Amino acid sequence: MPVTDVNKDLDALTMEITAEFGAGAERVWEMWSDPRQLERWWGPPSYPATFVDHDLSPGGRAAYFMTSPEGQKYHGWWRIEEAEPPRRLRFEDGFGDEEGKPNEEMPTTIATVTIAEGDGATTMSIESRFGSREEMEQVVEMGVEQGMVEALGQIDALLAGEGT
Amino acid sequence: MVADKEESRDEKAADLLFGALADPTRRDIFRRAQAGRLSVSALAREYPISLAAVQKHVAVLERAELVSKHRVGRESIVRAETDALKRAHAALDRLESEWRGRIERIDRILDEDKGDS
Repeated sequence: MPVTDVNKDLDALTMEITAEFGAGAERVWEMWSDPRQLERWWGPPSYPATFVDHDLSPGGRAAYFMTSPEGQKYHGWWRIEEAEPPRRLRFEDGFGDEEGKPNEEMPTTIATVTIAEGDGATTMSIESRFGSREEMEQVVEMGVEQGMVEALGQIDALLAGEGT
Repeated sequence: MVADKEESRDEKAADLLFGALADPTRRDIFRRAQAGRLSVSALAREYPISLAAVQKHVAVLERAELVSKHRVGRESIVRAETDALKRAHAALDRLESEWRGRIERIDRILDEDKGDS
């Protein structure tokens, strides 16, 4: 398991994950800087990502879409805030509309990537932060929470049916 | 792929949750709390059981993180815990699983390098 540490801060709404790889910092940076390699890991296997724009310089932008098993495209974008190859990358990650343009109504997260080469291994840590509590709430509403509430409702219904 | 420690923590949480909801009085208290804030003494008037028994039920629901208790003046107020904290947990867990997947995929690609050379 490459993941060595995970920290979540419920007040600051940040999640920090640290991993160790058996490769040099330059090679790890390539995972971000080469769009063809980035495409191999950014999206889950069932939703592969295609980057159509990719400028990792400060102020630069990247644009991508992920394709669902049914062929539906979900667009996303990055706005690069800081880039210091091969050590540091900071960008805002958001959703796009059907044409791939940033959707201002949708929540964004800020990712800060730090890469440090040590003895025979390279550490990469990613801090992911919600823009605000409202944006976090939006993300929750879009997914997990719905499933959890439904599951709880089913348990309750099941137990109520049995008990009374 | 979740670490063992987290799995057992999840299991413990599930035990508490199922245990708490396995009792009809507690399910009723939880439903009422979801509909709005309740005082423990008002709750006690709703059921043919003692105030102490109601407090025990509320404590079980509290441990399962289904409700939280707050003191307002002399009253103990029960509130359903479907609120910010729980939602923040869910959101950060979601970020974690998303990045765990990405890190595993990066690791697999880096491992392929070694195979090639």
